[in-house]
Amino acid sequence: MLETRYLLVGSSHAALEALAAIRMHDAEGSVLLATRDTAPPYSPTVLPYVVSGKSDPNRVRLRSDDFCEAQKVTLRSGSALASLDTAAQMARFADGTEVRYERLLLATGATPAIPKIAGLTRVQYHVLRTLDDAVRLREALGRARRAVVLGGGLVGMHAAENLVHARTETTIIEMQPQVLPGYFDAQAASLISGAFAERGTRVLCGQSVVSVAPRESGFALKLLGGERVEGDLLLIAAGVRPTIGYLSGAGVATGDGVLVDRRMRTSASNVWAAGDVAQAESFLQGGRRVNGILPNAVEQGRIAGMDMAGDPGARDYRGGVPINTYHFFGRQALSVGVDSLEGCETHVQVDEAAGRYRKIVLKDGRLAGIFSIDLPFDAGVMVELVLRGTDLAPVKQAFLENPRDTARALMSRLWR
Amino acid sequence: MAAYETIAFDAARCTGCGDCMSACAQEKTGGFDHAASRIQILPAANDGFELALCRQCGDPGCVSVCPAAALEKDAASGVVRWDETKCIDCLLCTVGCVYAGIAYDERTGRVAKCDLCGGDPACVKACGEGALRHVKSAQIYNRYGELEDLFVPGLAGCQGCNTELLIRHVLRAVGPETVVAAPPGCIPGMGTVGYNGKTGTKVPVFHPLLTNTASMLAGVRRTYKRKGRDVTALALAGDGGTADVGFQSLSGAAERGEEILYVCVDNEGYMNTGMQRSGCTPYGAWTSTTPVGERSHGKTQEAKNLPLLMVMHRCAYVATASTAFMEDLYDKLARAIEASKRGFAYLHIYSPCTSGWRFPSQANIEVARKAVETGFVVLWDYTPDAGLRFTRPIDDLRAVDEYLEAVGKYRHLDAAQVAHIQAQLEKDLGLLKELAVRGAQAEARALA
Ligand SMILES: Cc1cc2nc3c(=O)[nH]c(=O)nc-3n(C[C@H](O)[C@H](O)[C@H](O)COP(=O)(O)OP(=O)(O)OC[C@H]3O[C@@H](n4cnc5c(N)ncnc54)[C@H](O)[C@@H]3O)c2cc1C
Repeated sequence: MLETRYLLVGSSHAALEALAAIRMHDAEGSVLLATRDTAPPYSPTVLPYVVSGKSDPNRVRLRSDDFCEAQKVTLRSGSALASLDTAAQMARFADGTEVRYERLLLATGATPAIPKIAGLTRVQYHVLRTLDDAVRLREALGRARRAVVLGGGLVGMHAAENLVHARTETTIIEMQPQVLPGYFDAQAASLISGAFAERGTRVLCGQSVVSVAPRESGFALKLLGGERVEGDLLLIAAGVRPTIGYLSGAGVATGDGVLVDRRMRTSASNVWAAGDVAQAESFLQGGRRVNGILPNAVEQGRIAGMDMAGDPGARDYRGGVPINTYHFFGRQALSVGVDSLEGCETHVQVDEAAGRYRKIVLKDGRLAGIFSIDLPFDAGVMVELVLRGTDLAPVKQAFLENPRDTARALMSRLWR
Repeated sequence: MAAYETIAFDAARCTGCGDCMSACAQEKTGGFDHAASRIQILPAANDGFELALCRQCGDPGCVSVCPAAALEKDAASGVVRWDETKCIDCLLCTVGCVYAGIAYDERTGRVAKCDLCGGDPACVKACGEGALRHVKSAQIYNRYGELEDLFVPGLAGCQGCNTELLIRHVLRAVGPETVVAAPPGCIPGMGTVGYNGKTGTKVPVFHPLLTNTASMLAGVRRTYKRKGRDVTALALAGDGGTADVGFQSLSGAAERGEEILYVCVDNEGYMNTGMQRSGCTPYGAWTSTTPVGERSHGKTQEAKNLPLLMVMHRCAYVATASTAFMEDLYDKLARAIEASKRGFAYLHIYSPCTSGWRFPSQANIEVARKAVETGFVVLWDYTPDAGLRFTRPIDDLRAVDEYLEAVGKYRHLDAAQVAHIQAQLEKDLGLLKELAVRGAQAEARALA
């Protein structure tokens, strides 16, 4: 049996940031970083670029070789958490190893959600969450002629663009009436799917798959409306679920993910959770939500780490804000906040011909959301304006006309 | 951990001319399109200008959220470096930055950020208004950080007091071959001479009477010299112990050319005994012995100009300095140490007092800076050969109100008193200018 002061499970953004925060305050306390993956730490966000070949899989590591030594941390890779006894403060791993911890962070992220489709077990399909997934998909890409991407979320759209570049005939099937739901409204989404359509991609929204069957060289999908779609490469990108299987019977309260308070503490004592696995306070929408984006994983990881180490500088989590920086075919789509709230006012500006779009959502004179295509702004500055609830009334006109520069000037003053 | 150079922005001086943006665009892209500049000057909501520029953060948010390991804080230079070969253009770094210090550049389709031009920023060179400064004081901290701190840990100054920092750095620079004299005042009060039979320094230290600091040090220096040892005789004294009570021995030692390094930390009063006035307390200031009420409105006399008095002693070196201008201070410290091996070296350091001057404890350096920027304190140095020279320009001074308003001990001043202070500053400045002209002439003659 191993013993450690801090046990961090996962080796991605949330866990690494927590580690950095712990080391800021506690230079010596023993840290064990245990992760299911066998590769050195990397980010799932980089994977579409590994698939496209833009990123070399050997150059995506988030930490250098000497980081374990420098941070005085023991790394156990290829080590999946299997179950937890929170009363005994004991973690059991798939290989049988038991670790007694004083403080535990669950940063196991999310796992692709696999929809219930008749016949799915009889065909080969891909997902994209790990480096292995990416390398496999990259290989398959070279061979594929007709691809089907199930899901028009971020992962699906990124993968679809790679397929387009690889000259593969591609169909995107999305259940919602638009692509990228939750980040862009219908109007912006149609500009984005338009760019795909222009390049010959079929984008089928409001459609779901009822069954799939193997064909001689691939598969055939049957849609709810009766249409059949054939292909030889199937990517399932129908959303993700927090990775919490190891929690069954552990007595840690869960909803969609692991429920945490503003310090990322779970219902069990000495157990924290952060990142895609956690269900934390939402800033604009109220209640607790899983907000599976990278900046949130970092922010939550930091708060958890500080709190675990007893750093007096620890602050409460201000709440998650949906954020997205998405680029497609060299164009930019940015989204911060929510695109409607009760009692909000909305200002939309569209230039169909140029494909430019911007929407600003204000609530009580404060920023609740801003979205754009090819009208760039600084997402970090906007998030800060949202979180601070900065009153935009004095600069409203200027903000609506030129949100980027107005926000920059405002932030510059607020920081001084 | 190293300290780093940085670019400082003074919004009050910015005229929005855009020269910095032209210079940056030229340096980085060869063109003059301001959109390509990594420094962005923006019109502020009501008046004036604001800045968007990479802060080269110590704990950079852009680096934390980069999924491709394309951003990294360079431990040697402090610059947050962007590796374009690793960058995947995901723009997450722009989410991690709350200053718009790394931003999307439409022309290239990639992000761009300031890299300090490898240590010689083009924007700063182009700024003719003094709104941008390349602050290099980090070099000092790095250099001095490597020297041994010759004070023990745990000195107990008031919150926000800069004297502890000052004396630690001075003693590092002077080095271990030193005997320190710390006469009564804040400096021994915070523990430098020690408690319970233990000293607060790692070098010999003694606690002279207020009256005899300079004469005791003169003896110490002479004795060591006679024994063939080069020991620096260092006084760390307050303004009361220097200008008032200790003046007789100071004046004598200076006149005899004793080889002493005398550092006067001027906080304009007897602060550790309850904030009484001293000869260095300025006109109009509140102290516990120049109270403010119906009839009394603070001190009614001018402060004596002690550094000028020392010039009249023809010391080997005399200088004024401020903790807000550390590069200048360190330059003078080096000169003073050197001069103290030949004769009397006198360093007069203005040191705002958070407790006694009544301003918030975080504002110490800002108060010190304003004193210099308004000409309330003038930075100069003097040697018998070169005469007096200004070490910071005095042509573009700000109104003295800006300084007076920052300090609680002047809060009661009426318009007549402020006018009085302004007039007296101008007179003093006139005198200094005359001396500086003479100095320049003397130097020209010496060169010819
Ligand atoms: C293709 C793709 C594109 C994306 N693009 C963006 C984007 O553009 N912007 C954005 O903000 N976000 C994006 N994301 C989401 C982003 O990557 C995540 O929000 C972020 O990685 C979450 O970090 P995390 O540390 O919480 O979890 P993860 O990154 O999921 O890491 C989880 C870690 O836990 C380990 N683990 C899992 N289960 C176990 C177990 N049982 N035992 C031990 N270890 C375990 C894993 O090996 C891994 O190290 C994208 C995600 C994907 C997949």
